[in-house]
Amino acid sequence: MIHFDNVTKVYPNQSRPALDHVSVDVDKGEFVFLVGPSGSGKSTFLRLVLKEERPNSGSIHVAGKDLSKLSNFKVPHLRRRIGCVFQDFRLLPNKNVYENVAFALEVIGKPRRFIRKVVPEVIELVGLEGKAHRMPEELSGGEQQRVAMARAFVNRPMILLADEPTGNIDPATSIGIMKVLDRINRTGTTVLMATHDAAIVDSMRKRVVELEDGKIVRDQSRGVYGQAY
Amino acid sequence: MRANFIFSEVWIGLRRNLTMTIAVVVTVAVGMALLGVGLMINSQVSKLTGYWSNKVEVSVYLCVKNSAFAACKNKNGVTQEQRANLEQTIKSLPDVEQVTFESQTDAYKKWQQQEVNQTLLAVTKVEDMPESFRVKLKDPDKAAAVANSLKGQPGVSNVVNERDLLQSVFGFMDTLRNVALGIAILMVIAATLLIGNTVRLSAYNRRRETGIMRLVGASNIYIQLPFVLEGLIAGLIGGVLAGVILIIVKVYIFESIQTYMAAPLGWDTVAGVISGTMAIGVLICVVASFITLRRYLRV
Repeated sequence: MIHFDNVTKVYPNQSRPALDHVSVDVDKGEFVFLVGPSGSGKSTFLRLVLKEERPNSGSIHVAGKDLSKLSNFKVPHLRRRIGCVFQDFRLLPNKNVYENVAFALEVIGKPRRFIRKVVPEVIELVGLEGKAHRMPEELSGGEQQRVAMARAFVNRPMILLADEPTGNIDPATSIGIMKVLDRINRTGTTVLMATHDAAIVDSMRKRVVELEDGKIVRDQSRGVYGQAY
Repeated sequence: MRANFIFSEVWIGLRRNLTMTIAVVVTVAVGMALLGVGLMINSQVSKLTGYWSNKVEVSVYLCVKNSAFAACKNKNGVTQEQRANLEQTIKSLPDVEQVTFESQTDAYKKWQQQEVNQTLLAVTKVEDMPESFRVKLKDPDKAAAVANSLKGQPGVSNVVNERDLLQSVFGFMDTLRNVALGIAILMVIAATLLIGNTVRLSAYNRRRETGIMRLVGASNIYIQLPFVLEGLIAGLIGGVLAGVILIIVKVYIFESIQTYMAAPLGWDTVAGVISGTMAIGVLICVVASFITLRRYLRV
């Protein structure tokens, strides 16, 4: 599903590469934690999957497509197959829960009837039934992140990227978020989650890929966050 | 693609930047109106040139008795022989189409009709009027050359190229046109920069929305279209205002000038100018929007 082959990424005006000859394979339906300290290359990894950045060398395949051969014109179609969740939720403050989720479908031109059918379903899936008409500011952080997950998942993507989704949320609420991610993963969606949260990684017992200074220092199935912590 | 979604985005964008939108509309309107006025003057001048060029003649005035012209000093006017020679010379010139002779009596009659000064009319006699050859040319552009070659021939007091008289009128109109077009170009530059700024503001105001649109895989057209449509609508409103201004200019300025001008500017020309300037206005807005978008809206 995601295939990195000897990928190196150096940002302009920086001598040290953000990713240094990284090779990794993520299969369909896997749940993978991407761990490592700040600046280790986790975000760069996710940005490369989305083709927001281009690698300096190496090849990247996502959902069967060679990203170097994917024209800019077709990048939006790639992104429709990838859902994204961020630490800062990125909801539209002037739209309610339903509208925030529906927005993701409206802007890719889905018919209204389809939107009316699937949006309530996914709102229920993330555990926000009955809150469809709340505004984001009326929701807790955990609930806002659930809205963001609903929006990321509403188009049934093949891959869900989560960049520190529990970064702004207390540990108790984080468990709920992880349950939703797990539920999404069980539908067959590949989940790739970058995180600092050792407790969550340790409790989930999923595959762990650890980055340090842009290099993969560990790739372990059913792993924990790391001995050093 | 859903039209009502796009249009609601456009409406929100225009409303959020109302002052900027007004600035764009006004600039486009004034710029395009000036461009239109320039084009209208241009076609008026070419119409006049076309109209007059067939009628413009070179007049060769002959010496009368006691003429004040240096060429005729101390002579008793043109002689029979000189006149005949001159007619031969003129007819032999390759560019000459037709020569008519205007006698003193004919000249006097013409002058009587035009002159309003009674004292002058009373003291002037037929013998004071000059005889002349009115020379019609095959190619009006050769008028200056013909006039020069006839100047200084024996018996000739003065040669008048009527073109020179019209030229000063045309020259004035040309200046007017150049000023209008010059200001129009400045306005177009101002409009382009203003649109750039408006789109930039708009893109900044909606960076959340566009960021999410990008993330969920909205196509570039879908993301950019609302911004481009904003520019297009502002340009269109400006263009319509410019059209109204041009119609007013045509009715109140060109119509009143046309009493003095033989070749009136038709409504068909005005319609052409209006649609042309409107198209240019819209085009500038759309292109400016696109260029700024490429800089401020990463897709």
